[in-house]
Amino acid sequence: MGIADITFYAFAVTLLGAGFLVTIARNPVHSVLWLILSFISAAGMFVLLGAEFIAMLLIIVYVGAVAVLFLFVVMMLDIDFAALRGEMARYFPIASIVGIVLLMQMALLFGSWQEAEAARELRQAPTPDLAEMHNTKALGMIIYDQYFLLFQVAGLILLVAMIGAIVLTLRHRKDVKRQDVVAQMHRDPAKAMELKDVKPGQGLG
Amino acid sequence: MNAFLETGLGITVLIAAQSLLVVAFVMISLVFLVYADRKVWAAVQMRRGPNVVGPWGLLQTFADALKFVVKEVVIPAGVDRPVYFLAPLLSFILAMLAWAVIPFNDGWVLADINVAILFVFAITSLEVYGVIMGGWASNSKYAFLGSLRSAAQMVSYEVSLGLIIIGVIISTGSMNFGNIVAAQDTGWGALGWYWLPHLPMVVLFFVSCLAETNRPPFDLPEAESELVAGFMVEYGSTPYLLFMAGEYIAIFLMCALISLLFFGGWLSPIPGLPDGFHWMFLKMAFFFFLFAMVKAIVPRYRYDQLMRIGWKVFLPLSLGWVVVVAFLAKFEVLGGFWARWAIGG
Repeated sequence: MGIADITFYAFAVTLLGAGFLVTIARNPVHSVLWLILSFISAAGMFVLLGAEFIAMLLIIVYVGAVAVLFLFVVMMLDIDFAALRGEMARYFPIASIVGIVLLMQMALLFGSWQEAEAARELRQAPTPDLAEMHNTKALGMIIYDQYFLLFQVAGLILLVAMIGAIVLTLRHRKDVKRQDVVAQMHRDPAKAMELKDVKPGQGLG
Repeated sequence: MNAFLETGLGITVLIAAQSLLVVAFVMISLVFLVYADRKVWAAVQMRRGPNVVGPWGLLQTFADALKFVVKEVVIPAGVDRPVYFLAPLLSFILAMLAWAVIPFNDGWVLADINVAILFVFAITSLEVYGVIMGGWASNSKYAFLGSLRSAAQMVSYEVSLGLIIIGVIISTGSMNFGNIVAAQDTGWGALGWYWLPHLPMVVLFFVSCLAETNRPPFDLPEAESELVAGFMVEYGSTPYLLFMAGEYIAIFLMCALISLLFFGGWLSPIPGLPDGFHWMFLKMAFFFFLFAMVKAIVPRYRYDQLMRIGWKVFLPLSLGWVVVVAFLAKFEVLGGFWARWAIGG
């Protein structure tokens, strides 16, 4: 067993262990922290596969941004988790059905990817020689040259989702005093302030 | 000896020794940076600063570190113990980890990987966890508010940092620090470095670094006037020392990053003078001096102002700059000023 195998098993065991602990941890914040550990282990396995660009993206996007917001939300929650625990048994059958369906779908996909003629061609086509271009460049070629239109469409879908989220949550509140930074900066100090000469003992009447 | 270094054990020993060298360099720099920070700050305010321990107070940081280490560790009631102790460790280790890919001279780098700049970016984006975990585990309102602020702040400014870095990557055509510095070596000395083609973004990058490392004027997570000490309120002794050390190491890392990306790393500013580690170190020290001066001079921003600058000013500007650079590089404007791969740099 070489050093690469030992590293692979270390990452794999950590990934599975952390994934298991995500579901059984009592505290939801701990669950998210275990989830982060499993993300990082997955990134390590990508590095072992020679896909260092994907690994770094996984850490930057999922661990650095998505999981932070996730943690943010979970920390703010104020739910009695002991009560939720009791409901786990109730939802266990439906959850296991979802799990089995997902497993079957993945098996189907993997099988067709292995066997189908069209998939075989697709699999062989985009893999360039490792000696002449590293995987970041190869990925860029595939996304921005070969599948440029699909990439644009994916971006468009995300844009629509973003606009939808903004429209759903945007509300103009009339009872809040808003700051207008430009108006504030262009205020004339001479007009904003009035100096009065107050005589001792008289006040401003 | 050379035969021994070819074996598996030899390589392991070599890597360990190199790592130790980098750690020693960073830690020793850290000790004197903290001292320099305080001295600069004191000079601006016309005070003397630390001047008792050792000649000119040079050993002050050692005395402080010793004080922190020998203090009793006080654990507040109701803290989440594992997370409470994990947070300072994490912020220290992560800050240290990014130095693995920082080159100090041509070839002086622990891990010369293709995606080095992304690695540094990934590690700095992880540093927010030390702050969030510390604030949450402390079981204190001040600490929690500090950590929530910092989570939003660091995530916001990462966006503009990343977009500015993309501009540099487009100009170079590589994500390796060695290649980025080599692309700035045009024979024109300081005029060939990226600060000139990427001039507006250098300023934005510096300000984003201030926000990313929670330095004044963006030190809202630890604003003492509102939150006592933010996420560090409940920490004392060695855990507090680790937080502080991690913070300063992250600042020093940002200085190294600015030097490498925009100021030619180890290249000499005057054509003809020998390149080398001393230039890299001088540049890093200079940017640390700027960090210290900003802390001394600029008043603290309000939280909504910080968010406004991040999302409404820096994000559109840096995103627009990516488009502009892509255009300038693609059409090789000014003889490939923005496209260094085209002129063989």
